Amino acid sequence: MLFAEMILVALQSVRANLFRAFLTMLGIIIGVASVITMIAIGSGAKAAVDQQIDQLGASVLSIRSGSFMRMGVAQGGATLTIKDAEAIARDAPSVIGVVPEIAGQLQIKHGNRNENLRVAGVTANFPEIQGYTIASGKSFTKADDASRRPVAVLGSAVGGKLGTNAAAIVGQTIYIKGIAFEVLGVFEEKGSTGFRNVDEQVWIPFFTARYRVFGTEQLDSISAQMAPGSTVERSIVEIERVMRKQHQIQPGKDNDFSIADPRQFFNVREAAANIFAILLAGIASISLVVGGIGIMNIMLVTVTERTKEIGIRKALGASRRNILLQFVVEAMVLCMLGGAAGIALGAGVTTLIARIAGWNMAISPTAVLLAFCFSAAVGLFFGIWPARKAARLDPIEALRYE
Amino acid sequence: MQAPVTQTAPARETAPGPAGRPGAGQVIVTRAVTRSFPMGDTVIRALQGVDVTICRGEYVAIMGPSGSGKSTLMNIIGCLDRPDSGEYWLNGTPVAELGDADLAALRNREIGFVFQTFNLLARADALHNVELPLIYAGVGRRERTERAQLALEQVGLRERMRHRPAELSGGQRQRVAVARALVTRPSLLLADEPTGNLDSATTADILALFDELHRKGNTIVLVTHDPAVAEYAHRAIRLRDGRIESDTPNPRKGHG
Repeated sequence: MLFAEMILVALQSVRANLFRAFLTMLGIIIGVASVITMIAIGSGAKAAVDQQIDQLGASVLSIRSGSFMRMGVAQGGATLTIKDAEAIARDAPSVIGVVPEIAGQLQIKHGNRNENLRVAGVTANFPEIQGYTIASGKSFTKADDASRRPVAVLGSAVGGKLGTNAAAIVGQTIYIKGIAFEVLGVFEEKGSTGFRNVDEQVWIPFFTARYRVFGTEQLDSISAQMAPGSTVERSIVEIERVMRKQHQIQPGKDNDFSIADPRQFFNVREAAANIFAILLAGIASISLVVGGIGIMNIMLVTVTERTKEIGIRKALGASRRNILLQFVVEAMVLCMLGGAAGIALGAGVTTLIARIAGWNMAISPTAVLLAFCFSAAVGLFFGIWPARKAARLDPIEALRYE
Repeated sequence: MQAPVTQTAPARETAPGPAGRPGAGQVIVTRAVTRSFPMGDTVIRALQGVDVTICRGEYVAIMGPSGSGKSTLMNIIGCLDRPDSGEYWLNGTPVAELGDADLAALRNREIGFVFQTFNLLARADALHNVELPLIYAGVGRRERTERAQLALEQVGLRERMRHRPAELSGGQRQRVAVARALVTRPSLLLADEPTGNLDSATTADILALFDELHRKGNTIVLVTHDPAVAEYAHRAIRLRDGRIESDTPNPRKGHG
């Protein structure tokens, strides 16, 4: 009941100085809003990245030749061949499908347009393993591959680069190294995957590439699809064993190939989101501290203004503890009102960012609770010193104060 | 309110209890109380050994010019300050040994203050102002409101209990303050120049209220420099230079 009186007095005090209370709370409002937004962005970005990883389709590892570093220089020389791909498919139990890939930058001609694009020769199973979806037309088949037919599937942006559009180019002819290729289909837009824009890529059957376009058996990479339920670590160990045997690497010698989890490219994006979140955390902590100092400042003013009231209350039987509590409660009420406003503001900002960035962001109850507790803690921390000052006032002096 | 302790004899001469402790019926007992304040290089010796005994049911005026020590004595009697040396018993409790929380509780329970400047909380209405001591006493909401209303009724302001101090006249404000002082049924009503800020008609009004409260058995100590106000009391203690100059019953009041 004494506590009820304290809350009542605190609210009366806020109401009596509404504008001042608002200005005082501003730091807390901004701080708490930043906390709320920060947490929502953190989880939203993670959800977005997870969603993109899901779009990758199955879990796929990528094996490349000789890209380990020695003395800061990439070591070339070792070759990755179709035999390696076959060995992995055969001997690595957790691998359920492989896509060998021969690739290079080549001039693509269509009509009078000429573009230098990446051309990849891959086996017919690549769309499902590497996670591509046909938007129009179709992809090539195993039979197309076996008979080395000059057919191609394009990324969604290639049509535009060649002076037409994604839908219209299906069925037309493009020229790669002077060979006429029929465009069978176009993939859906995929967006940059971090290191390469696959929307600007051209896919042709593996054996067509091997014998008619590149004339080499050296692969650019092998994609290995992992069986559901197997871990990345286990698959990497298996593939490494197969590859070392395949390349006859003596024990103790370094690998002449590398195995990468393409998901790691997404980590870059997650890291960017994290940096933004850290920035917001910085803003949050600075504004909470500054806001807390503002609270302390205004509480000192309040204590001085209400010296007489403190004297009266002491004369009527309020102990030091009563007075201390009253002003701590008042500081905490200020902070918690600010916290509530900050939560509302944070929710608004989060909704806005969600709409702009297209992220699915949710404000978690944990974040709200955390922010609220944080603002109460700020009130407690910064309110205690002014409150002590109030509690220690001499009642006689305080009563005499005008 | 307080059970009327009718016509207690002016028991100034009542011998103190064993070892100088106060006897029954003695609300205030001070023994050789001193209090000094440092003031720059010098020390102001506000009280230099004051012995006062005030019994239940008395109506005493403490008088003296400014600088005589009457405010200091009032602060000590009101448990707002503690003596440097000497002893003070309030209603049998030795005050000098108490800590802050106990002093606060003692003020709350034993003393009702009435100030010259009323000292009401501007933001609270009359009822809430009167409830305030009960809040610190830990009295529950319903009982609190009831008792506060009763106290306001006693000073004739029940119908104004929802008014804030700014909406009341000076006399009405002082009546609210008196109600606030009475609401805890204290042993002592301690009034510091209660009419200092009032016009003469209102002054008479408030002093008549004090008379009535005295008749009902309340012990009243009135600090004033105004002889006309002191006339209402039944006994006058005059201070000068930190000592008691005289302590006399009011001949016009007879033994009250």
